[in-house]
Amino acid sequence: MQVPGQFEYQRATSVEHAIGLLDRLGDTARLVAGGHSLLPMMKLRLANFDYLIDINDLHADLGYITAEPQQIRIGAMTRHRELLESTSLKEHFPIFADAERVIADPTVRNRGTLGGSLCQADPSEDLSAVCTTLDASCVIQGSAGTRVVSMEDFHRGPYETAVGEAEMLIEVRFPLRPGGSSAYEKVERRAGDWAVVSAGAALWLRNGVISDARVGLAAVGPNTAGIPEISALLRGQEPSEELFEQAGDIAARSCEPATDTRGAEGYKRHLAKELTRRTLRKAVDRIGERAQA
Amino acid sequence: MIVNGEEVTREIEGRLLLVHFLREELGLTGTHWGCDTSNCGTCVVWLDGEPVKSCTVLAAMAGGHEVRTVEGLERNGELDPVQQGFIACHGLQCGFCTPGMMMTARALLDRDPDPSEADIREAISGQICRCTGYATIVRSVQWAAATEAAK
Repeated sequence: MQVPGQFEYQRATSVEHAIGLLDRLGDTARLVAGGHSLLPMMKLRLANFDYLIDINDLHADLGYITAEPQQIRIGAMTRHRELLESTSLKEHFPIFADAERVIADPTVRNRGTLGGSLCQADPSEDLSAVCTTLDASCVIQGSAGTRVVSMEDFHRGPYETAVGEAEMLIEVRFPLRPGGSSAYEKVERRAGDWAVVSAGAALWLRNGVISDARVGLAAVGPNTAGIPEISALLRGQEPSEELFEQAGDIAARSCEPATDTRGAEGYKRHLAKELTRRTLRKAVDRIGERAQA
Repeated sequence: MIVNGEEVTREIEGRLLLVHFLREELGLTGTHWGCDTSNCGTCVVWLDGEPVKSCTVLAAMAGGHEVRTVEGLERNGELDPVQQGFIACHGLQCGFCTPGMMMTARALLDRDPDPSEADIREAISGQICRCTGYATIVRSVQWAAATEAAK
């Protein structure tokens, strides 16, 4: 039987209450949202805390997807299923539905949250790659107020984030730019598993020329990583198979996969290349489909 | 918490998982305890109307909320159409995965009374059956959908 070690259960009634508890209890306490990453780790005794602060009651305040002219704001307690089913995200960022369809399974997606996924900071985690691809920024609240950090600064290393001991991730923001689309692809050993490799791509066209493009990879390094060299290559070019082939080569070269039970390093580099090409191609196709519609 | 419409109150350890609370504290052994790693789905119950894996939910998290287990499918002595479908179409052999399968199926039909085979397979994709190859489970859910539509 897998059971977590003993801890005191606390239930937060507001963001301020949760932060106050964290402030008082320090590193002996952790927030738990959906619990589908943290509780398994606690059951394996890989994570042990004296206090667990349940923030599920904050879903009423932090479960939202709000589209504004310049950005989409998503509350940290928004659950996977809500991200998958959002018509607003389907329209602006189809990469979300691509990724959500291959994250765990529908029952787990009823529970897991965006904030929990990012704060878990697993290098293989798909939503982190999505947020990296979309150049998201994270709103972190503490007793002194809020601060905003980019995805690059948010993830400090495997299972490490910029969120301090008495702070909490409350919102993720995604800049909206016209003329773009996005896509996500994942190779996994079996349905619902962690990625062997996944790739996300977002691309913007102006008069048939790529005005910007971003690629984010998961499971090929200490963190989900964006690849600036690919963005630099693609900007100002017309989309073509040859161009995406070059982008794939950069992805294969610049990632840092390790051989493990999910696959060999060479295979993972091959996947990084192939999935980069496929997602860039699909993002361009989607821009075309939308223009026709 | 409210379990199958009845309020229950217990003093429990923070670390007690919902599946063990239901089985050991309340004696509701219809919910099965399987892989313990949120893979197999036999422990699926409803939490506020949504299927969840109760091996990965703390009992304390469900405090003040509504839980529905397989024991709560039956209404006034009559089995739910999903349960009847599993009987009619041989939706089980050993029966281990069955409670979770039926809870997920009921939630699916409540959202979508006429799901496609692909919808049904997607809905139960977080659950494992080692007997049926899923074919008869899909048929059982389709039977329930057709029976409800006929009514």
